[in-house]
Amino acid sequence: MGFYLEIVTPDRFFFSGEVDRVIVRGVEGDLAVLKNRAPLVTPLAIGKIRILQDGKERVAATAGGYINVQKDKTTIIADSAEWPDEIDVERAKEAKARAERRLKEQAEGLDIIRAENALKRALNRLEVANLKKYDEEKFDR
Amino acid sequence: MAESTRDIKRRVKGISNIKQITKAMELIASVRLRRAREKLERTRPYYRTIYDNIRQVLSSAGNISHPYLDKREGNKTLYIVVTADRGLAGGFNSNIIKLTEEEIKDKKDSSFLITVGLKGRDYFRRKGYNIVHELVGMTENPTFSHAKQIGQKVMEMYKEGEVDAVKIVYTKFITTISQETNMLKLLPSEDLREGEEVKSSVIEYEPSPEAVLDFLIPKYIESVIYGALMESSCSQQGARRTAMENATDNAEEMLEELQLSYNRARQAAITMEITEIVTGAEALK
Repeated sequence: MGFYLEIVTPDRFFFSGEVDRVIVRGVEGDLAVLKNRAPLVTPLAIGKIRILQDGKERVAATAGGYINVQKDKTTIIADSAEWPDEIDVERAKEAKARAERRLKEQAEGLDIIRAENALKRALNRLEVANLKKYDEEKFDR
Repeated sequence: MAESTRDIKRRVKGISNIKQITKAMELIASVRLRRAREKLERTRPYYRTIYDNIRQVLSSAGNISHPYLDKREGNKTLYIVVTADRGLAGGFNSNIIKLTEEEIKDKKDSSFLITVGLKGRDYFRRKGYNIVHELVGMTENPTFSHAKQIGQKVMEMYKEGEVDAVKIVYTKFITTISQETNMLKLLPSEDLREGEEVKSSVIEYEPSPEAVLDFLIPKYIESVIYGALMESSCSQQGARRTAMENATDNAEEMLEELQLSYNRARQAAITMEITEIVTGAEALK
């Protein structure tokens, strides 16, 4: 018995279903939501969403958004969300290199917060993509 | 009379060429429409959810005061006008422009515009309106970052007090053949507060209700803009398809008529020739 979770992003309906637990990275730190949690609204930071469903854990990379916990259902609105196998590793690597270069050069008029966020997003994506590799290795053995 | 049949033939050729073009444009528009519609269907849940969420938060949050929510005295208004980059879409662009201009023509000085699409920009620039920001070349494939870009500009101007209200003019996609121009008030969003007071259990806000609203309202604005861009892009293809379909039909009709008059002219020419021959033969007797 779990609760109903919906994850929505601008370009698709990312996830919906009964889950047992979801862990998100809120602006105030990691946060696990279980069934019958008191209603809560909080913005999310760039990070992972971990969904526990039927004893299996699924991880997705998300960037920005917020979580809205209600009595009957929980909604996560994210700017972007990807399962590990959907992540474009090359693109994330490029984004990482670009953001690092920008931060290093410190060119005039650089939006530091934006560059830092880009770096965080890229690192987060790479981390989640690596999780998948790790899982597969385990699986092979 | 021979002259006339040649003229008609030339016209038939010209019209067939145009018909081919409109037919091709119709097909392109239907393909794009289908794609845009699929995308719209995928994004609708997003902004619907955000809208519902925000209403819910506001109705249960009671009297949180927030600059984005409170009505202001001034009358400087920013309009976001969503048009297309290209024409040949029936009344799509002119309807939007008409609706906007009716609203702002008497208060040119207190109106500011953010134009989306080439057509709107060209028109309002020519008429000498204040265009503060423009986006062109993306109306057929809007992404969330476009909405974000507009949203940031809007919030910046609103925060600085350069404008006191923000409205968005776009075309709502109802069905393939029917679209509706629509004007929506974005800021201040005091309307969001109205509606039934939900007496649900107290909601926790982390870190604080104000901080959550600080985050949610820009999100709301971005998502409404995104929704409007998507709806407009879909409507644009729908309008273009309908317009091109009509043009093709009209061309077909004209071709039929021309074919008739061509036959008639040809017949007349033959008859005349026979008459001439007969008269000539008669004269030789």
